[in-house]
This record gives sequence, C-alpha cells and structure tokens, in this order.
Amino acid sequence: MTIILNEEYYQLLHELQAVDFVLVELNLYLDTHPADVNAIQQYNQYAKLRQQIAHRYETKYGPLKNFGQSLTGTPWSWNEAPWPWQV
Amino acid sequence: MWVYEKKLQYPVRVSKCDPLMAKFLMEQYGGADGELAAALRYLNQRYTIPDKVVGLLTDIGTEEFGHLEMIATMIYKLTKDATPEQLKKAGLGAHYVAHDSALFYENANGVPWTASYIQAKGDPIADLYEDIAAEEKARATYQWLIDLTDDVDLQDSLKFLREREIVHSMRFREAVEILKEKRDEKIFF
Repeated sequence: MTIILNEEYYQLLHELQAVDFVLVELNLYLDTHPADVNAIQQYNQYAKLRQQIAHRYETKYGPLKNFGQSLTGTPWSWNEAPWPWQV
Repeated sequence: MWVYEKKLQYPVRVSKCDPLMAKFLMEQYGGADGELAAALRYLNQRYTIPDKVVGLLTDIGTEEFGHLEMIATMIYKLTKDATPEQLKKAGLGAHYVAHDSALFYENANGVPWTASYIQAKGDPIADLYEDIAAEEKARATYQWLIDLTDDVDLQDSLKFLREREIVHSMRFREAVEILKEKRDEKIFF
C-alpha cells in the first residue's frame, strides 16, 4: 500500500485528529466529573463517529494500531512508511 | 499495556530548516519540565495515588507521550535537511559529534535527562501539586518557545501544546479537590 500524501490524505487525517481531540478532552473531563451524563452521552456519540472515521482512514491508508487493534490487509503494511513524523 | 497509534495527536508542520529552534525545543523533549519528564512522572505516581485519580494520571501521562512524539517531529523536521556546518552554527556541533542528527533526551543546553527532575512522594496532595507546577512550567516554556520563532506553522503546533498544559493543570487542580472532599468526609466518620 503506497500512501500518496495528497490533500485527501491530510483532510481525512485532520478529521480523525479533530474527533480524537474532542474525545481526549471529554475523557479527561470525565475523569474528574464522572457523573456528568451529558458529557458521557457526547463521549459515546463521538466514540462511534471516531470508529467510522478510523475505518475510512484504515481502508485507504492501512492500520492505525498494532497488536490486533486494527484489521490488516495483504500484504502486511503496518511497518510501512510514512510514520507520523514523516507526513 | 499500551497500544501505539500511527498518527500524531495534532499536525506538526514547519516552514523552514531551523536547527537553532530545534535546539531550543529540546528543552521540551528532554528537559526538566518537558514531555518525557511529564509522562514518566505521572505514569510512575499513579501506582500509589488514591484510586479516584489513577485514571486521570494514566490518561494525562499517556497524552504526554503523544506530545513527546509531536516535539520529536518538530526537532526531526527542523534538522533533517541541516548540514553539519549549519548544526554547528546553531550550537548543535557537540550534539552532532555525539548523535549525528539523531534525537536524544537532553535539554536545550545538551544536559541529558535525569530522573531527579521528577518526584513521587507517595503523598497524593504533594504529588498532585508537583504535577500542577509541572504543567504551569511547561505552559510558560511553550510561551517562550512561541516567542522565539516567527514560523507560523510551528507556532500553531506549539500553541496547541501550550493549551493542553492549561487543561492538564485544571484537571489536576480538580483532582486535588476530589481528594480533599474525600479527606474531609473522614472527619465525620
């Protein structure tokens, strides 16, 4: 799988980073406000959206996670560039 | 267990080769108030902190590794096209001799990272106050770094990291209050 670093790639990556930002914020907030039902609802809503975006990303650009946390295509592309500091 | 995700937490772009700025950024890579110190501090303190704040230390500690990767990316991108002569001019001659253009856990003055930068006192309030101070010091460092560059792309990523320090500080302050409430409950036991 050769990844072409075009506008489409960066747009999808940004979409993933944006939804992950929402999730990390809600996660830390919930760590100190565990009874906030609205925040929990938002967390689950964005977690579902995150799955969809990650799935789209992985279908096009290969697995985001190792150790069986992402499905892999053939051939094994986990250890292929680009790595995060190269894009 | 930790799982790696093959992406940065936030985009890192630089608009020029700038080894001098890379040298300054090493403060946040291997310095006393840097991201490595932060990650290792929280992930070590969490084993003996009250259960109610273990999750917070785990999550912030994990996020710090994401920040460490962002700082590494900045340093890598700012130095990857630099010649030995350019590195020397930027004050990285000694770094080049020891490491070529490899990254190393050292501060802006080339002093290697040491565990004496961090503490685990076993006293939850003392530990959390250290964590709050660490976030505030890192926030200040990011501000000074932003002041030292005119690269707007780099500034954008640094501003993101500066804001994260503010949020972490807030969450740690809330954790202190959670522990105080718990402590005060015991008086009426």
